[in-house]
Parts: sequence; C-alpha cells; structure tokens
Amino acid sequence: MIHAEKLTKRFGDLTAVDGVSLDVEEGEVFGFLGPNGAGKTTTVRMLATLISKTSGRAEVAGCEIGKEADELKLRQQIGVLPENVGLYEGTSAYQNLEYFGHLHQMDASTLRNNIERLLRMMNLWEKKDDPVSTFSKGMKQKVAIARTLVHDPILLFLDEPTANLDPEAAKMVRDVILELKKENRTIFLNTHNLDEAQRICDRVGVLRTRLVTVGSVEALRSGFSRKRTVVRLQRASEELVTAVKSRLGKERVELSGDQLFVDVEDPARENPDIAEAVVAAGGRIIELSQVSPSLEEVYLKLVHEEEAAP
Amino acid sequence: MRFSQAWTIARHDMGIFRHRWGIMGPLIGLPLGVGIGFPLLVSYIIATNGGSSFATYLPQLINAFSFWFIIGAGALPTTIAAYGIVGEKVEKSLEPLLSTPTTDGEILLGKTLAALVPTILAIWAGSVLFQGLIDWASRGALGYLYYPNWEMSVILFLLAPLVCLYAIEFCVLVSARVTDVRSAQQFAGITFAPLIFVYVAGEIGFSLDTTNLLYISGIFVVLDLALFLVSRRTFHREEILTRWK
Repeated sequence: MIHAEKLTKRFGDLTAVDGVSLDVEEGEVFGFLGPNGAGKTTTVRMLATLISKTSGRAEVAGCEIGKEADELKLRQQIGVLPENVGLYEGTSAYQNLEYFGHLHQMDASTLRNNIERLLRMMNLWEKKDDPVSTFSKGMKQKVAIARTLVHDPILLFLDEPTANLDPEAAKMVRDVILELKKENRTIFLNTHNLDEAQRICDRVGVLRTRLVTVGSVEALRSGFSRKRTVVRLQRASEELVTAVKSRLGKERVELSGDQLFVDVEDPARENPDIAEAVVAAGGRIIELSQVSPSLEEVYLKLVHEEEAAP
Repeated sequence: MRFSQAWTIARHDMGIFRHRWGIMGPLIGLPLGVGIGFPLLVSYIIATNGGSSFATYLPQLINAFSFWFIIGAGALPTTIAAYGIVGEKVEKSLEPLLSTPTTDGEILLGKTLAALVPTILAIWAGSVLFQGLIDWASRGALGYLYYPNWEMSVILFLLAPLVCLYAIEFCVLVSARVTDVRSAQQFAGITFAPLIFVYVAGEIGFSLDTTNLLYISGIFVVLDLALFLVSRRTFHREEILTRWK
C-alpha cells in the first residue's frame, strides 16, 4: 500500500526527513513513533501529497508521489486526519461531512448513507444537526475521523489522533481506530502514545529525522538486549538484598517493594542461580518471572542512541 | 480546473457567511445606503437649489455618487475574503481541505467566487435602486432620464468586478502574513484607498465619463493580472502548510 525509498524533505538548510525507506502492507496498522520535530507530520504530508519531496521516491496506493497526474487520484483514495481537527465550528456535524463528501464528488445517496453509517458508528447520529462548536473535544475528534472516512478511503493517515484529549476521550478515539482495524483498512498512525501503538499497531517505525528502526512491537521488544528477571518475595530486607547483590553483582540487582529486579542476559542459564542466591540469603520466593522491556523502554533507548550518534 | 469543485467551495463558504453579521451587515447596508441615501441627497439639493439652475452640474454629481459602487466593490469583498481564507487558517480547516482531491487553483477560484458573487449581486441590487431613484429625483431638473447610461454599464459590468477581483487577490496575499481576520481586513482595506483618490478627483473636476472609466478599468486589468500571478504563487498548498503564519 505504501512503498517509500530514501524519501527526503529539506526546508532550506534544515533536513526534516532524511532518507526514509519503508513499506506498509494492505490492511496493516502502522505506527509511526518519534519525538516532536522528528519529521512524522512532514512524512505524512509528503505521502499524502500535501507537500513535495526533495528527493527519493514513494508510491502510495499505486500512485507515484510527485507525479502531478497521480496526485488527485491518490487524494481520492486516502483520508487524512491532521493533528488539528479543523472542523467548521459554526456548521453541524452532518454539514461538515456532507461538504467533504461533495469535494470527493460522491453521489448523493451514497454520501447520505455513509454519513449516517459513520455518525451512528461514532454515536453522534442524534447530534447530527448540532453545531460542532457545542461538541466536546472527543466528539469533535470523532467527527473529524468520520470526515476522514466519509468517502470510504482505502488508506488512512491519522496524525496524533489522541493528542490533547482527556483519557476518556482518548479511549473513545482508540476504540474507533480499533473498529477501523477490524474493517481491514490500512492505517498509518502518527503517535506519541506508546501504549496506544502497542495496543493498536501491527508494526511500528521509530523516526528521528531518519528512520531508526521498523518492526513489530514484539520483535522490537525481544531484540532489545536488556532482559530482567523479577523475584517476588514474601518479605524483603536490607540484609537479604545486600547478600544477593554480593553474590550476583551490585549493578545487576534492584529492589522495588518486595520485588527484586535482576538484569540477565540468558534467563534459562541464570535464573536457577538467582533463585539459589535468594534462598541462600534467607529469602522466601513467591514467584519468579521474566519481564520483557516495554515499548517505552525500547523507544527511549533507540531515540537516545540516535541522539548520541554522530 | 473543474468549476464544480470551485463552486462547491464557494457555496459552502457563502452558506457560512450568511450567518455572520460582520459580513451580511456591510453587504446589505452599503449598497442600500448608497442606493437610497445619494438619490435622497440629490432630491434634497434639487429641491433647495432650484432644478434648472443646477442641471448643468447634476450629471457630474450623480457620476461621482455612482463611483461609490466601485468603492463598495473594493471594500466589501475584503471582509468576505478575510473570513474565507484567514478564517479557515484560524480554524485550521485549510489542511483537511487541501487533503481533498481539489487543486490549489480550484480552491482559490472557490474562495474568489465566494467573495465575488455576493459582492457583485449586492452592488447590482443597490444600483437598481440607485438608478431608479436618481431618475425619479432628477427627471424634472434634467428633462430626461439619466439612467440607464454607458457610464453606469461600465461601472457595473466591468469596473466593479475588476476592482472586486483586485481586492480579493490582495486579500489572498495579506492572508499569508496575518493571523486573524481583523488584521486581514485592515491590511486589505489599503486596496480601496486609490479609489478614494479617484472619487475625490471626480468631485473636484476629473470627469468620470465612459472613456475615463474605461481607462481606469484598463489599469485594473493590469493590476488584476499582476496580483493574480503573485496570489496564485502564494496560494500553493506547500506554501500554506509550511510558510503561512
């Protein structure tokens, strides 16, 4: 659905996106992660033909980016939800959607049906004639998502869809995205929210002007070198921790409540030694388990490594 | 360039403007004021000065008053275009609009039509009143019906649309540099300052006859073309998304 090769965007001397190459398959939810100013929005704008590329090439939904003849055809097939919802506040939800349907040259009956289906899906049908200015932030975001979908696009670009929303509204929007995922739509999701990416995305890419890595959340986590064993104790004491540290190494052991965290490289080989050390120090083990690093840990490590790189 | 896309945008914008008193007030008030106020003034002047003695100067006075329709054509669209472009910029609705299968030219044409059509219709409606009432007020003094005439035809069908386009294109340029509707209106207000000079010139002896009106129209054709080229470059989606304040 999306194929990009060394896609680059420069604004004068500033390189906003540097040689991004990636592929997004049909029906996939692809999360694009990165700190502010990493180039996520610029990448989406290039792929959605809103701005030109400086170099590289990209093909989206079979259309070549930068080829003028293909651009209108592409914008007919995609839906873009910008970071700012940009609704016409003085008009109703229905009118907002109707306007965009007309701009996509939809026939009247299909447009009517789509608007009704989408507003019902968003639980906004009862409020279809209310001015958007009277809506909450979450409701406005849902209207904006409905607007993005009104012409039945095959590919969606969602730029920070839950940013600036309260937790309840953010959940409401996430549920909508999960619904869209069930409909097998291809979604390109720019997000800061790693928990969101972990729950929704099939694969993620980490961008910091350059694409740092791409892969499934699980693959990224398992590829992360830091593994930890958690030992839940009946009761932890200073003496016990000191004794365990002296056997396993001071740097590797960390106490949090009644849980000991021990850095390991090969859990199968090292966990029996850990259990033996704890028991020898007088500890009573309730549970011993392995934890994978969170996506947040992986993300922070990758971003910091990229920052430190020359 | 698909006119249907541009017309969709224009219709949508006009639908929004209908509910804004800041736009509808001047759009109704100015042509109505000129259309009724000046004929009443002419009627009063004839009544107080005596018709026949004043008949020589009357056409010049009426022509000067009719020039207010040109000033209106320069002033009214700035309010509408400011709302149509800067208003969208403030509400951040330009990016979703640019994401639709619509070209920059179609959007610009739509925005232009949204400001041009109501302004010209309002000017024409006001001029119908103006011409009818002037004829009613001046027929006795002049001994003939002053309107319709060629001067008014040039004003309504040539100069007013040209001035209107000039004001809209200027507003597009201003829109890229300001962050609120009021500033856009104030900056764009500069556009009709030259028209005021022409009006004052008319009052002190410069004849606003058909020939001179055609000359002024020629100047506006050149200005419109120049501004069109610059505003077309300014109203470019990449420029809007990355450079507009």
